[in-house]
Amino acid sequence: MVPLSHYLALSVILFVLGAAGFVFRRSVITIFMCIELMLNAVNLAFMAFSRFLGNLDGQLFVFFVIVVAAAEAAVGLALIIALYRNRESLNIEDLDSMKM
Amino acid sequence: MGTFSETGFVLAVTFIKIAVVLVILLTTIAYLSWLERKVVAHIQARWGPYLVGPHGLLQPLADGVKFLFKEDIVPLEADRVVYWLAPFIGFTLAFLSIAVIPFGEGFTFRGHTITFQITDLNVGLLFIFAVTSLGVYSIALAGWSSNSKYPLFGGLRSSAQMISYELALGLAVVGVLMISGTLSLRGIVDGQAGFWHVRGINTYLPHWNVLVQPVGFLVYFIAAVAETNRIPFDLPEGETELVGGFHTEYSSFKFAMFFMAEYANMVTVSCLATLLFFGGWHGPVFGPAVLRALLPVFWFCLKVFCFLFFYIWMRGTLPRFRYDQLMAFGWKFLLPLGLLNVLATSLAVAWLSSP
Amino acid sequence: MEALFYICAVLAVLAALNVVVQRTPVYSALSLIVVLCALAVVYLLLGAEFMAVIQVIVYAGAIMVLFVFVIMLLNAGRETPSQRSRLARWLGPPLVAALLVEVLTVVWRQFPPGSAAPAAALDAGPKAIGERLFQVYVLPFEVTSILILVAILGAVVLAKKEL
Repeated sequence: MVPLSHYLALSVILFVLGAAGFVFRRSVITIFMCIELMLNAVNLAFMAFSRFLGNLDGQLFVFFVIVVAAAEAAVGLALIIALYRNRESLNIEDLDSMKM
Repeated sequence: MGTFSETGFVLAVTFIKIAVVLVILLTTIAYLSWLERKVVAHIQARWGPYLVGPHGLLQPLADGVKFLFKEDIVPLEADRVVYWLAPFIGFTLAFLSIAVIPFGEGFTFRGHTITFQITDLNVGLLFIFAVTSLGVYSIALAGWSSNSKYPLFGGLRSSAQMISYELALGLAVVGVLMISGTLSLRGIVDGQAGFWHVRGINTYLPHWNVLVQPVGFLVYFIAAVAETNRIPFDLPEGETELVGGFHTEYSSFKFAMFFMAEYANMVTVSCLATLLFFGGWHGPVFGPAVLRALLPVFWFCLKVFCFLFFYIWMRGTLPRFRYDQLMAFGWKFLLPLGLLNVLATSLAVAWLSSP
Repeated sequence: MEALFYICAVLAVLAALNVVVQRTPVYSALSLIVVLCALAVVYLLLGAEFMAVIQVIVYAGAIMVLFVFVIMLLNAGRETPSQRSRLARWLGPPLVAALLVEVLTVVWRQFPPGSAAPAAALDAGPKAIGERLFQVYVLPFEVTSILILVAILGAVVLAKKEL
């Protein structure tokens, strides 16, 4: 049986990779994909705990996370399309007009 | 050691099943192309393939050899990795869904029951939907990676069409699931054994789901034709509209893979239609043990063949939908119809099962 | 069985690395799909057959299709390297590695390999999940459907050419 810490270690590695990508990448779409990667890492942690604690609620949380991620992806991508139409660029360094 | 030989036996049987199913599927696909050309030709009052072998029966062989030896042209600016990957994804996924389709009852061999199914998943039906959802990628990526106008538009249109009709496909099946109570394909077919009994009288109508879910079957079949990009829904790859659609820039073996993937999808969808709505392998069974094991397989293949013939018949007879008509039909007619079907079925099931 | 988990884990990590490192958005999207499918196999190994298939159908088969469509429509090309802070580029990777080591150590100390034994295998089929969803979690379910409706309306309005 694979110990719980291995599942959590995989979850942590995926999350940190997602966070690193989120901070370092310049293209808006890739940043968005890194957010999805972080959400999946959290899903994995939920599933592992659900199995090891014998509680089905963890899997239901994953269900809700997937649904909310879908709604968020739809709105986020629509925002990206609207932004591209206005700024002609997908680079977040060109999208910083609210910076001081 | 006892369990080792047990798993070894199961593994060996599974490999044999996979080999048999793959060989049969590949032959079916090859001869489906022959059948299509013959039937469409006769509908159009001409002969079709006639020269290669008696009645053109060796035509698929000749086509295969042609595809292998044709020159493989790759556009200059095409994205190499994705261009090569797209037909492989389509081809692999098209053959993957056969793994959960049951062809017949099964038989016992030296004390082990061997079923005519590679694996019976508890969520077998959802597995097929998962594979279909992933199949959208092969078309979208093929269109994009060719780096050319017509394939890009064809690919985008075709993928948009597929994801739209996937919804209707899923909804159409929910009615059947409510009646059968299980997602396992074998379970759904087992629920269709025997005849309908009304108030204790045996009406000799088979216990098939199509008789209680006619709307569901209609929605399923129309959505399935749209999913597999066949006439009347094949605008994205129609020759007169978009040159070749997403596979314009593909030649020789990669084109053959798209071709085979389309036929494999047709076969999968027809198998699902018989399993979900037409009782799968149930039919008159008689005779000695060998015949009893093989007759269900024969009935299943006969029903699937009827669906495939109907597909080809539609191709020869119906005109194409325009793209906006196609999308409007899927979203504004088929989806609400599917929802109404789910509503009506759930009300009926709740009323009939209440004490 | 355990070997399959480690194979999928390595595959997921390599694909995730590819998502973060690739300059072309399409390759990142394809690698993310590989991560999602690898995680679906891990869910299967955890006995959650329904959630594994849902992950493939919804996440890999619908959400990522949306991503791929937008990448194709906007013709997102290769990313140009950043023109800004040089310091951030040199300081970045070591800090990420430090964060990774930190969180891994905390998690490893909290759940040493021998401690948690898996509870009895629960029935995670569609029926069990459906029962729990529609009895205990029916309110979140209804709220999520309103959320999806709002998201659809928002997406349509935001992406329109003229309002």
